[in-house]
Amino acid sequence: MKAKHQRLTLVLLACAAMIGAVLLAMSALSDKAAYFYAPGDVKRQGLPLDRPVRLGGMVQEKSIKRQADGVTITFIVEDGVSTVPVQFTGIVPDLFKEKSGVVAEGRFQKDGSFVADNLLAKHDEKYMPPELEGKMHKTGSVAK
Amino acid sequence: MIAEAGLALLWLAASLALLQLALGIIGLRQKQDALLDGMRVIAGMQGLLVALSFCALIWIFLSSDMSVKLVATNSHSAKPWLYKLAGAWGNHEGSMLLWVMILALSGSLIALFEKSLSREMKAATLMAQAAISVGFYAFLLFSSSPFERLIPAAKEGVGLNPVLQDPGLVFHPPTLYVGYVGLSVAFSFAVGALLTQQVNAAFARAMRPWVLGAWVFLTLGITAGSYWAYYELGWGGWWFWDPVENASLMPWLAATALLHSVTVLATRDALRAWTVMLAVIAFSMSMLGTFLVRSGILTSVHAFAVDPERGTFILALLGLYIGGALLLFAMRIGAVREGKRFELVSRESALVVNNLFLSVILGLVLIGTLYPLIMQSFDKQVSVGPPYFNLTAGSVTLALVVFMATGPMIRWRHDEAQAVIRRLIIPIAVVFVALVGVVVMAPGISTLSAFGLVLSLGVGIASVAPLWRRNLRRTPLFTYGMVIAHLGVAVAMAGMAADSAFMKERLIALPVGGRTDVGPFSVRLAGIEPIVGPNWTALEARLEVARGARNLPPMLPQARTFTSPITETSEAAISTRWNGQIYAALGKSEVNGRWQLRLWWKPFVTLIWFGGILVALGGVLALWGRLRRQAVAEYRKGWG
Repeated sequence: MKAKHQRLTLVLLACAAMIGAVLLAMSALSDKAAYFYAPGDVKRQGLPLDRPVRLGGMVQEKSIKRQADGVTITFIVEDGVSTVPVQFTGIVPDLFKEKSGVVAEGRFQKDGSFVADNLLAKHDEKYMPPELEGKMHKTGSVAK
Repeated sequence: MIAEAGLALLWLAASLALLQLALGIIGLRQKQDALLDGMRVIAGMQGLLVALSFCALIWIFLSSDMSVKLVATNSHSAKPWLYKLAGAWGNHEGSMLLWVMILALSGSLIALFEKSLSREMKAATLMAQAAISVGFYAFLLFSSSPFERLIPAAKEGVGLNPVLQDPGLVFHPPTLYVGYVGLSVAFSFAVGALLTQQVNAAFARAMRPWVLGAWVFLTLGITAGSYWAYYELGWGGWWFWDPVENASLMPWLAATALLHSVTVLATRDALRAWTVMLAVIAFSMSMLGTFLVRSGILTSVHAFAVDPERGTFILALLGLYIGGALLLFAMRIGAVREGKRFELVSRESALVVNNLFLSVILGLVLIGTLYPLIMQSFDKQVSVGPPYFNLTAGSVTLALVVFMATGPMIRWRHDEAQAVIRRLIIPIAVVFVALVGVVVMAPGISTLSAFGLVLSLGVGIASVAPLWRRNLRRTPLFTYGMVIAHLGVAVAMAGMAADSAFMKERLIALPVGGRTDVGPFSVRLAGIEPIVGPNWTALEARLEVARGARNLPPMLPQARTFTSPITETSEAAISTRWNGQIYAALGKSEVNGRWQLRLWWKPFVTLIWFGGILVALGGVLALWGRLRRQAVAEYRKGWG
C-alpha cells in the first residue's frame, strides 16, 4: 500500500466512524429522548404511555398532599388548560412549592396520572426552565 | 479606583494583543525577524497586564467594594473570605476574565519557554494566540465588563448562590479553565504549523507537552467537579450527563484523542493531517463548551444567567475561529505530505482505532447535547438524559477500553496478531473467568455494569503488562505515565460499574429514635438539632451508624438555610469506608414528627475519583518524563 492509499483508507475509516456515530445517535435518540409535555398537550395529543417524558407546569394551590409513609407526595400540575395528578416518592427539592413552576421526570399511567422519578425545581428563584417558559407563554398561564 | 485601574489594564492588554496580531502579520509577510522577536516581549507583557487586572478584581471582591456592580450582585460582606475570593470567578464576568487571563498567560508561556520551535513558527503560533485573544477581549470589554460601577453604590451585596459557597468553587473552575483554555495552545500550534507549512514530527514533539499539561488539568477539573456535584447536590449521583458536564467532557475526549495521535506523529511521523484536525477540534470543543455554559441556552443545573446577547457574541467568535481554522486547514492540507506508512497490525493502527472510538464517543455526546437545541428550532421540546448517554457512549467506551488494553502490547510499525494475543493471554483468561463469575454470583445486574466490572479487571491487568519483564529502573518515566493513566481508567471504570451494580438505597421517614438499615449498615436517627453557621442556619440530624455490633462514627447531614440570598440547600453527610461510602441526605420538612432521610450504600464508589486522580498522575509523569528528556537533549546539544 502506498502512503497515498493509506491516507485515503484513513479518511474513509474516519468518515465511516462518523456516519456510524450519527446513525447510532439517531436510533438511540428516537428511543431515549424525553419529550416535554404540559398538561394541555396531553389533553390535545393523548397520553404518551410508551416512554418516559417530562411534565411541566405550575403546582396547583393547596394540591400538595403527603401520604402516610411520610416520603410520598401527590400534587396537581396545571397549565391553565388542563391538569394532571402527579405522585412522587422522595425528598422534594428545596424550591418545590405551591403556585410555582416544576418539571417532573417520569411516566404517565393508563389512568392519566403521572408517576415522577425526579422533580426539578431550580435553586434560583428567578429561574424558569426555558422549555416551560415557552409553553406557559403559549398557553397564556404566565402573564409577562 | 482599583476597578478603573483593572479596566485600564484590560484595555491595555487588549491593545497589546491587537499589536501582537499586527506585528505577526507584517513580520511573517516581510520576513522581518526584529518584528517577530518583538512579539515575544509583547506576549509576555500582555499576560502580565491581564494577571494584574485579575488581581484587581480579586482585591475588589476581598474588600467587598459594593460600588462595583459585579460585587453588589454576586457577593456579600458577611461571607467568609475564601468565598469572597472564589466569588470573583463564581459569576459570568469574573469567570470570563479568568478565561482570558489563562489565554494570555498561555501566550506568555509559549513566548518565554518554548525553545524547540523555529522563530517563524513560534511567531505564527503567537499570532494565532493573539487572534483568539482579541476576540475574547472584545467580548469581555463590550458585553461582559467585570469592572462596571454601580451608581449609587449598594449598601449590601445580594450574595453568592449558596450551592457555590463551597471549597469546590476555589479549585474546580480554575483547574477546568486551565485545561479548557490550555487547549488554545494546541490550536495555535496547529494554525502556526499550517501557516508555516511545518506539519511534521518536530512540531508534534513541541506541541505534546502543552497538550499533556492541558489534559492533566482537564482531567483533574472534571474529577473534582464530579466529586463536588456528588457531595453538594445531595442527589447521590456523580455524573448527570448535564449539558455543562458534557461541555467539559467533550474537550477532554478530543484532547485524549489528540494526546494519542500527537504521539504517533512525534514517534513515527504519521497521522499529520489528522493530528492538526484534532488540535482544531479540541479547542473548538472548549469554545463550544464556553458558549453552552455562558449563554445558558440549554437547561442545566448550572444555568446561571440567560443572556441572548452574550450567547450570540460567543457564537459569532466560535464561528469565526472554527470556520477560519477549518478554511486554513482546507487550503493548506493539500501541501502537507503524507506521513510514514504502517502495517495493519501495529501500534499506529491501535492508536488510530483509539482515535476513531474517542471521536465516535465525542460525536455521540455532542449530538446528544445539541439535540434538544436542534429540536427547539422545530418547536419541539425534548430532553436527552442518562438513558441515551449510558447506552451509546457507555457501550462504545467498553469497546474503547479493550483497545486501550491491547494497544501498548503491540509494536510500532509491524507486529504479528498471534504474538499480540500470546502477550495478552493472562488478561484474556481473567476476563473469561470473571465473566463466568459475575454471571453466576450476581445474575441480576445490568449488562453494562457486568461488562464494566469484568473488563475493568482485565484492562487493569493488561495495563500494567507493558512493565512485564522490563528493567523497571531503565523504563522511561513516560512509559510509567501511560501505564498509570491506563490503570486509572480501569480503576475508575470498576468504581462506576460497582456503584451502579451494587448500590443500595433507602428512602424513609423516621421519628427521632427510629431505626432503619441500608445495605449492611443499621442506622438510627438519634436526634435533630438546630445549628448556626457564619451565614446560614441549619437543622442537623445525628445518625448513629453501626455494622452488626460495631459502631461507626455518627453521620450529620444538614438541611441548611442561607441568609443572603435566602436559599435552602441540603448538605449530605458522607462516611467513607475502605470499600465504599455511606451517603445520607436530610429532607427539611417534618411531617407528624417524622423526618425524611435518604440513605445510600455505595460500594467502591470512591474508586471513580481515585481512578481520575491516577489518570491525571499518569499525565504528570508523562509530562515530566518528556520535559526531562527534552532538557537532557538540549544540554547534550549545547555541549556537542
